[in-house]
Amino acid sequence: MTINTVTRHIREGGKSIFRNGWMSIASISSIVISLFILGVFILLSFNLNTLTKQIDSQVQIRVFLQLNTTKEQMELLQTDIGNMAEVSKVTPISKAEGMKLLQQSLGEDGKELLKGYTEKTNPLPDSMTVDVYNPDTVPMVAKKIQALNDTNSEKPIWQVKYGKGTVEKLFKITEAIRNGGLILVAGLAVTAMFLIANTIKVTIMARQREIGIMKLVGATNSFIRWPFFIEGMLIGLLGSVITLGILFVGYHQLILVSQNGMQFIQLIPLQELWLLLTGLLVVLGVLIGVWGSTLSIRKFLKV
Amino acid sequence: MIEMQDVWKTYTDGSHALRGVSVRIEKDEFVYLVGPSGAGKSTFMKLIYREEVPTKGQISVNGFNIGKLKHRKIPFVRRNIGVIFQDFRLLPKMTVYENVAFAMEVIEAPKKVIKRRVPEVLELVGLKHKVNSLPAQLSGGEQQRIAIARAIVNNPSVIVADEPTGNLDPETSWGIMKLLEEINYRGTTIVMATHNKDIVNTIRRRVIAIEHGHIVRDVVRGDYGYDN
Ligand SMILES: Nc1ncnc2c1ncn2[C@@H]1O[C@H](COP(=O)(O)OP(=O)(O)OP(=O)(O)O)[C@@H](O)[C@H]1O
Ligand SMILES: [Mg+2]
Repeated sequence: MTINTVTRHIREGGKSIFRNGWMSIASISSIVISLFILGVFILLSFNLNTLTKQIDSQVQIRVFLQLNTTKEQMELLQTDIGNMAEVSKVTPISKAEGMKLLQQSLGEDGKELLKGYTEKTNPLPDSMTVDVYNPDTVPMVAKKIQALNDTNSEKPIWQVKYGKGTVEKLFKITEAIRNGGLILVAGLAVTAMFLIANTIKVTIMARQREIGIMKLVGATNSFIRWPFFIEGMLIGLLGSVITLGILFVGYHQLILVSQNGMQFIQLIPLQELWLLLTGLLVVLGVLIGVWGSTLSIRKFLKV
Repeated sequence: MIEMQDVWKTYTDGSHALRGVSVRIEKDEFVYLVGPSGAGKSTFMKLIYREEVPTKGQISVNGFNIGKLKHRKIPFVRRNIGVIFQDFRLLPKMTVYENVAFAMEVIEAPKKVIKRRVPEVLELVGLKHKVNSLPAQLSGGEQQRIAIARAIVNNPSVIVADEPTGNLDPETSWGIMKLLEEINYRGTTIVMATHNKDIVNTIRRRVIAIEHGHIVRDVVRGDYGYDN
């Protein structure tokens, strides 16, 4: 194929997008809708992933002891827990340290609130934080620690606490979003593809005469097909570019908002995501477009 | 050169358009196809430019066995055959120049060649001054000249014309005939189906008459042979 021919095909493909007007707009919109939803799901699941990981690393077990627990008992428990295979670290926290931590976490209001408590009247129990290697084992390890009471006549453990369910919930939510998103996007992509097939069909019908003459003067089949193929590709490309624009602007706004208002949610910066998102959406958009046009060409262009 | 050997054409609905046609048309010949409506003239021509394939028998055009042609090869054989119809078949949104250039673009001729060749054929058909007009702005005769220009622009060795004067008044028809004679004179085989008695009886050429799918007459300098 010569350069002339290539530019001709692109020109012809582009022209018929304009000529088909509303049909093209409908096709492009349907691509935009499906890719936009896909994009939102991708951004959401990436952010949830990082969020889950952040929370994961924060998941600890806290073991609170009875108020009257002796130092020896405490050390014994510390070794017992430390010896568990799943446990990476046991950190004892004395009443005093516990008070300090509490004060820190309550901030300015805390000072006022906890003013009355002295070393002697500190109502907090001794406690330990237990870190595990794998967050999945948290519930099991917690149970094992609780069970230490059964072999100890003094029953030194008052309470075992951990972020029950938060991790599991987050994992489940991420997964549900991913699966639901995929099904939705697949459905929308098929719709978009049929709309494109229809648009290309209109082009083909509108150009029967031209195609007939092309055949008569000896155009090859691939020469006849290319412009329609390119029309589908351009529709897909346009759709993905528009979607990327919307997604980037929207996500950027979201980052700005989150920086001002909700500092505790750290959104992944756009610089880390744009390339992947662009690559994925452009490839998918073009694929949907090509798929649609191939359907039409096969069915309506008897070359 | 065109050669048919015992060619039969039965359409899918069962109508027998040609029944055992054998004929040989030499390079440089000018042939009229005559005969009543429905005799099989258009079918005869469609077989030549491979719009239809014979049900039985063999056709060769310029040495290619047209009936057995691989699909891929059809475009390349068609480039050697120019086709003209009574309804012109021009593209209404393209100018005269674009209509003719289109036939060259489609076979991927270099731009330079197109720019040189299109004015040349427009000159030959006498419409060089109308390059920027749209078909709708031209008379029927002028439109047919454009169609002829398009048919010859790629230098085919054969021109197939199905009632090229069918939609034109007598005077304009003579102009078109002059042009076809000129093209034939330059070495292009012409096969022309017509119902025009005056033309066939005045510009005397080989006449092949078809009736009910049979060749019933084939005369070197024949006459029309029917009353209109
Ligand atoms: N595509 C087709 N499908 C079915 N039958 C056809 C088809 N084309 C032509 N025929 C039939 O074949 C026969 C020959 O038709 P053809 O068009 O070759 O006649 P013709 O000699 O060109 O007639 P006219 O002078 O009216 O143009 C006719 O009976 C016609 O009905
Ligand atoms: Mg006919």
